[in-house]
Amino acid sequence: MIYQGKQKIWSDYQKEIPDDHWFYVRSCIRQSFFPASEAHFVKIVRDLLGKDLYENPHHTTCGGIAYHSDTIPQETAMTIVARQFALMTEAGYKNLVTSCITSFGNYTEILETWREFPELEARIREHLWKACRREFDKPEYVAHASDVIYKLRNEIAERAKFRLVNHETGEPLRIVEHIGCHYSKMFPHKGVGGAEYPCVLSGMAESWGGKVIDYPERRHCCGFGFRQYMVKANRGYSVSNTHKKFESMEPFQPDVIITNCPGCPYFLDRWQYVIAEQTGKTYGKNGYGIPVLTYEELAGLVLGYDPWDLGLQIHQVAIEPLLDKMGVSYDPSKKYLGLDEKEIMKPGLPTVLKCC
Amino acid sequence: MKESVVIIGGGIAGMETAASLLELGYSPILVEQSDHLGGHVASWYRLFPDMTPASEVVASLKSRLDGVTVFLETGIQFINRLRDGYNVMLSNGVSIVAKAVVMATGFKLFEAAKKEEYGYGIYDRVITNRDLEKWFSGIPDERIPSAPWNIGFVHCVGSRDVKAGNTQCSKVCCMTAIKQAIEMKEKFPDAEVYCFYMDLRLFGKKYEDFYISAQKDYGIHFLRGRVSEVSETIDGRLLVKAEDTLSGRPVKINMDLLVLMSGMLCNPAAASIASMVKAGADDSGFLRSRDNVTGVVESERKGLFFAGACTGAKTVPETIAEARSAALSVHNYLRRPR
Repeated sequence: MIYQGKQKIWSDYQKEIPDDHWFYVRSCIRQSFFPASEAHFVKIVRDLLGKDLYENPHHTTCGGIAYHSDTIPQETAMTIVARQFALMTEAGYKNLVTSCITSFGNYTEILETWREFPELEARIREHLWKACRREFDKPEYVAHASDVIYKLRNEIAERAKFRLVNHETGEPLRIVEHIGCHYSKMFPHKGVGGAEYPCVLSGMAESWGGKVIDYPERRHCCGFGFRQYMVKANRGYSVSNTHKKFESMEPFQPDVIITNCPGCPYFLDRWQYVIAEQTGKTYGKNGYGIPVLTYEELAGLVLGYDPWDLGLQIHQVAIEPLLDKMGVSYDPSKKYLGLDEKEIMKPGLPTVLKCC
Repeated sequence: MKESVVIIGGGIAGMETAASLLELGYSPILVEQSDHLGGHVASWYRLFPDMTPASEVVASLKSRLDGVTVFLETGIQFINRLRDGYNVMLSNGVSIVAKAVVMATGFKLFEAAKKEEYGYGIYDRVITNRDLEKWFSGIPDERIPSAPWNIGFVHCVGSRDVKAGNTQCSKVCCMTAIKQAIEMKEKFPDAEVYCFYMDLRLFGKKYEDFYISAQKDYGIHFLRGRVSEVSETIDGRLLVKAEDTLSGRPVKINMDLLVLMSGMLCNPAAASIASMVKAGADDSGFLRSRDNVTGVVESERKGLFFAGACTGAKTVPETIAEARSAALSVHNYLRRPR
């Protein structure tokens, strides 16, 4: 591996990311899967680093999932997106930051389509006016939230309480980075580092002390793939994609996987349980899996937030081996306590995958 | 006094044009930007289909240049069109007035790193056709393992590729790949050698025989399909993914060396020089001939001629034949009453 070769490619795919004044739009499914991730994005960017990040409670789905599942036409998704732009314009913002990768891809694709076909943009403006009497300016910048954390990675590193280093051996942790397909595979120049060797997540991991693994199936889909999962009959295909990735990364003995997509952490995490049940195989050490984190969760750990406040207990794969390696202290007895340490139910344990 | 003719470019096209014009009684002035003559062929080892040493071809052309004025490490500052000819100002301060100028500016190889998915410049064991020729010539290359098991050749890298910005066929890569595959098989008889191709364009004399021999005598595997991506395994080998369109199946092969057949693009210097005299270029970037059937070596400007790969990808014999044609066209032009 010639690291300088990657740096040369990265230099061709630098993206201008404003460092302040953002209109933040949340993700439909991340709020269900990893709600603490978005909460901690706001905490880190707005509360800790003092940036101007605005949210509007009237924001809705962007229509991306429906569009990619072929249940609505693109014009419908465009009109939904036009309304989000109207909310941003009314709030006085010009920089849009999305939590969801599919939203990011959806916004980017729509803006590029309008650039190519201005008559379509004019028609959507008319639809929006007829539907809700709103008008909008297009955003000057569209970024994914991982772009913002990438931009702020060195500020986070300066405040780090823990590094991505094995605190006993001093060795950097081995990080698998996995970007969502809709981040840069559609428009490589819209993602930091392009599509083949993206550096949005690897840049974070390296800034925080980790060592990124380049394994053969690094570019392969996580297994979500919309139709692979949403059509029930295809779910075996979804698992087989994930299985392929784990078989490929296994020899590199990764300590953690980080992702920037709503679907990827969910499927890379949950399918480890399914693969373990189906095949008896686990990919971490001593019967554990490989922890899969969002980039906000990883940033939160580096900054010293409590793992249970970060929501790491709702992952299928146990996070404790990673916490032990990083030297993060945690109270196992509080893992499944709810708000104000209220007793809530504990999940059942799988038969193969070791979870605690 | 003999008539001067300026030839821009000291590759095989420029050398042959100069030698032919000398034999026709002119005073050729050969201008070359680099510090040596021979162009790309000078860095090649052997040439298909007879495995002719490239150095012999260059030496043979050089031996006929006695009497030609040669300027090495010299660029073109500007060219002015005169009423009946051109004023060529060289970077060494020499100014030449000539009734005819021959552009023999050649080509440049596609930068293989632009096809990011193949990993040139990223993975240790990915090289180009030019890198391999240099290694054949005896220049050490640490990327080439001492005992490779599997060796792959990827055809059409930066050729016939809309995304790479070059839709043209580079014409010589199919045969070069077969030649290099045979040479590697000769060096490493136990290795399996694979060629990933779109189409095999084997149009020239003996080319088909060469291809059949590669299969029958050397056991080289030809897979019809493009490589989709290359990655590195934990032991530093390459995992190559491709589609075998004949069997209709995706394939994954571990390789110890992958050779990218970089295609031919027009030398960017050619377009800037040509623009000084308002000579045009085709959409492909190659210089535009007066007529692609009957006037390939002539430009749309009087007294400006083309030789070799500045108008499109060409083999070595085609280039030499075209250079002779350009010399003859210059001769006919200069002796025509004005």
